Amino acid sequence: MAAGIIGYGAHIPRRRIKVEEIAKVWGADAPSYKKGLELREKSVPGLDEDTITLSVEAARNALARAQIDPAEIGAVYVGSESHPYAVKPSGTTVAEALGATPDCHCADLEFACKAGSEGMFVAYGLVKAGLIKYGLGIGADTSQGAPGDALEYSAAAGAAAFLMGDDDDKLIASIDETYSFMTDTPDFWRREHQFYPSHGGRFTGEPAYFRTVTGAVRGILGKSGMKPADFKYAIFHQPNGKFPKRVGKMLGFTMEQIDTGRLVPTLGNTYSGSSPLGLTAVLDVAEPGDRVLMCSYGSGAGSDAFVFTVRPRVRETRDLAPRTRWLLDEHVRYIEYGEYAKLRRKIRMAE
Amino acid sequence: MPPARAWRNYPQLYRLEAARCTKCGTVHFPPRLVCSHCRNRSFETFRLGRTGQLVSYTVIRTPSAEFTGQAPFAVGIVEMDDRVRLTAQVVDVGFDELRVGLPVRLEFRRISAEGESGVIHYGYKAAPVRG
Repeated sequence: MAAGIIGYGAHIPRRRIKVEEIAKVWGADAPSYKKGLELREKSVPGLDEDTITLSVEAARNALARAQIDPAEIGAVYVGSESHPYAVKPSGTTVAEALGATPDCHCADLEFACKAGSEGMFVAYGLVKAGLIKYGLGIGADTSQGAPGDALEYSAAAGAAAFLMGDDDDKLIASIDETYSFMTDTPDFWRREHQFYPSHGGRFTGEPAYFRTVTGAVRGILGKSGMKPADFKYAIFHQPNGKFPKRVGKMLGFTMEQIDTGRLVPTLGNTYSGSSPLGLTAVLDVAEPGDRVLMCSYGSGAGSDAFVFTVRPRVRETRDLAPRTRWLLDEHVRYIEYGEYAKLRRKIRMAE
Repeated sequence: MPPARAWRNYPQLYRLEAARCTKCGTVHFPPRLVCSHCRNRSFETFRLGRTGQLVSYTVIRTPSAEFTGQAPFAVGIVEMDDRVRLTAQVVDVGFDELRVGLPVRLEFRRISAEGESGVIHYGYKAAPVRG
């Protein structure tokens, strides 16, 4: 029996900061950053927004599309590298807010930017195994880049949520194949109690992102017997605008396949939400029968790849919740670096 | 706020659970033990929708200690589409855009935190309806 996505939802904070505004403060050359990262602006969470609140809003949108009783959700997995607590799960608050407790399995996941797709993978696996009726996988982050570091231009906030199930009449997209690729590659990390992450500079490229994503995509193509031309859309993890384009080209995908789900130029890198948010934007416009490839990437390093086939129900559900491009493009408010520094708690306050 | 006190209010703060009188249908938020309309003592749980409109508002510039870092912020009375009124912070809106009748939607947000090491309190805040 086919299993896959029966509901999907996105959430993006309204505030944005432009690359120029960050570059101005650090005396950096904005045009070269914009060109180098292919990124113009990024989302910024408010003081009252964190991984839990973004997850709840995205999951409510997924529930609106799935149209199921939340009490039937048998598992909730929140993937993030910015869980608000070091000890106390994000998932319990999310499940409680949705009305999925107490008959529910719950765990928080962490794997740099790959934690969201892990939640999707586990929820799907449990549904496929017949252990639960519906499972919820969420990727959400409110990531921080150190002031002045290249990451500060891209580290953004957003969430995507996917309800997995196997009711044939509820499927929005079936999952036809999965494949994961994982090695120990120290390209990006954050030690306990550290506020900002560290990274290996250019080491994050060839031996990390490109090796892992190409490994995962070649693996799933081999496993499924498919080729790039079989897909209408392809979504790759997008830490900046360039990487997903370049890896797509390396693998034989065209810009036409990649651009619909490439949100990073005006969203930034939403870490665990990155490729999952790209998938929501694709489902917003995909037509029944379209094949979709998604490949996440998390430093450390690993990728989860999925092959989806879009089902007819996609048409009747897409307008039951806000579309992702609309959340990205409409009602945005630009802020200056001072407000950004306050909202991101970069200012040391009196005790 | 002690964690136990906040925890008792999760059904309302997290899920907007109101009590609907089984006799006259009046909806109470937060729930009550006795219906203010017909004095019936039997209720069913009713989850409020998340949209409504602003019927009054003010801007807090000198807040209580719990909200010091957030000032200035707007607080409003929202009449929900389900015809109950509740008080909430009004966020993601310029103070000059506040007006009676503003359509709002309740979003899940952080309300406050007990310092850097204490519990984080979550609940609802009103944000203008996008679009």
